[in-house]
Amino acid sequence: MIRLGVPSKGRLMGQTFDWFSKRGINLVRSESDREYAGHIEGIENVQLIFLSASEIPRELSAGRLHFGVTGYDVIQEKLVRFNQLVEPISELGFGFADLIIAVPSFWVDVETLDDLDAVSAQFRDKHGYRLRIATKYHRLLREFLMEAGVADYQIVDSQGATEGAVKNDLAEAIADITSTGNTLKANHLKILSDGLILKSQATLFKSLTAEFSKEENQVANLLVKKLSAKD
Amino acid sequence: MTVLKDISREARNLAAVFEATGAEVVELDFLQISNVLLDLYGEDIRGRAFITNDPVHGEMMLRPDFTIPIVERHMANNVSPARYTYSGKVFRRQEEFPDRPREFLQVGYEIFDGANPEKADAEVFSLVNEALSGIQVRIATGDIGILMAAVRSLSTTDTRKKALLRHIWRPHRFRTLLNQYSGLSSKPQPNQDLDDYNKLLDKFQAVGSRKVQEIKERLRQIKLESETDPLDPEEVKILDELLSLKDKCTVAHRHLENLSKKMPGIESTVDNFATRLDFLKKNGIKIDRLDFEGSYGRTSMEYYDGFVFGFYSETHMDLAAVATGGRYDALTERMESGKKIPAVGAVLRPDLTLLLREKNHD
Repeated sequence: MIRLGVPSKGRLMGQTFDWFSKRGINLVRSESDREYAGHIEGIENVQLIFLSASEIPRELSAGRLHFGVTGYDVIQEKLVRFNQLVEPISELGFGFADLIIAVPSFWVDVETLDDLDAVSAQFRDKHGYRLRIATKYHRLLREFLMEAGVADYQIVDSQGATEGAVKNDLAEAIADITSTGNTLKANHLKILSDGLILKSQATLFKSLTAEFSKEENQVANLLVKKLSAKD
Repeated sequence: MTVLKDISREARNLAAVFEATGAEVVELDFLQISNVLLDLYGEDIRGRAFITNDPVHGEMMLRPDFTIPIVERHMANNVSPARYTYSGKVFRRQEEFPDRPREFLQVGYEIFDGANPEKADAEVFSLVNEALSGIQVRIATGDIGILMAAVRSLSTTDTRKKALLRHIWRPHRFRTLLNQYSGLSSKPQPNQDLDDYNKLLDKFQAVGSRKVQEIKERLRQIKLESETDPLDPEEVKILDELLSLKDKCTVAHRHLENLSKKMPGIESTVDNFATRLDFLKKNGIKIDRLDFEGSYGRTSMEYYDGFVFGFYSETHMDLAAVATGGRYDALTERMESGKKIPAVGAVLRPDLTLLLREKNHD
């Protein structure tokens, strides 16, 4: 039985269903939509597993899912050496999200990471603690700033409503995904010109750790063939 | 096959070399308060240390190394001079190298003594060398103190020197700044005059803890910087020669002496270098065969600010350093402001030394 993980909620789930059906694969959710399970019309031996998009990376890397749909951003944040654990099969063309660093718009002296680094030094001197950046993408942000040589900052965990963290004085800057930038503007923030950490979209991944029996392999190949075809 | 019992025995053998000096044998805490480590290493330490929680102290870390616990121990003792030796496990997250161990033994030796720093440097180095006898090693040495003195003696603004010193352990960012200050690459430019910036400031709501005043202050700094002359190309050349210097210690010393004639600000640190070589020679180290690298210790050894060294396997290039050490005079000052206690020390990896001894016999 091939186990395919799909996002369990909202627009991401709807768009995933549409994307599969455009390629001749109809995902069907169990009759009671309170039950997080389903199957594929016309293809035997595929089980749909509905999961939060943020849990799909873990299940793929543990080999409990053969395939899964989730964002590139969460894959990279949650999986160390992700390219040894999962293989991207197809980009789905929705769920676009850029992980960026944003600072208050009124910081007219700050445009780039160079500036952010200089301001971090100034801030620590003045305030006695390190400049706070709110995010839920700890690892990606840390690696990005290490690469850029930015020092004297600290990461503050923020699992939601991150754009409001500055206004609410929980942080001086944020790193978050943004699709349009309107929410940033409404929260008096602007993006650093070289502050793009990662471009992401919903992607179908195949697990490189899951075991495939002979039958499962046949079904998997059929799926990959149908799904990796270009529009 | 290397077994735990053998590694422990190897650790005891290494420690014996240090205990023979009469050093106090200390046991140190496994759990460390995160904030102390974070203040010293910055956010990067979270990628290297295991983190846990205590209901009272908040976030704590399993010691990723012995530096902070030993310095805290010494400051609590408050008896100088002092020599310590210790042996115990450290814990490291391995994101970049998943095959490397997450916990391993370290044996260390530290001297807190300001009376004769170069003699203490040589003592630590020579003891490590003695403990590693029988293993084929490649030794790297450097001196961050000379580098820092060179930056301090540039004929330019204190703001620039401070910025360069802050990034001495981040070579890439250091180079970016150096190029900017030399006029070789673009730097933050005030593209409007200060009045226009002030008008721009008024257009946005002030949010967060950074105050308008701080922004105005930095704008003034940027303006000042844009009006400051580029660094003297001759001085940058000397700095570059220093950074790329790679030779045997005795030859390197002659180069350094020549450089210090052109840049008198580094003279006293070059004298210290010579004094250290004399002590090393007295201890039987062949300094004409010992390598020196001007840039050594800049990427992996933040907080070391003087003599630095590393011992690596000559036969197993992929292994982590078998031993590393150096001088960290400013660290105590940073941890407890104002109290500067000169210190030098080293740590060894008994798991690796044992591995290499066994390979020797194969």
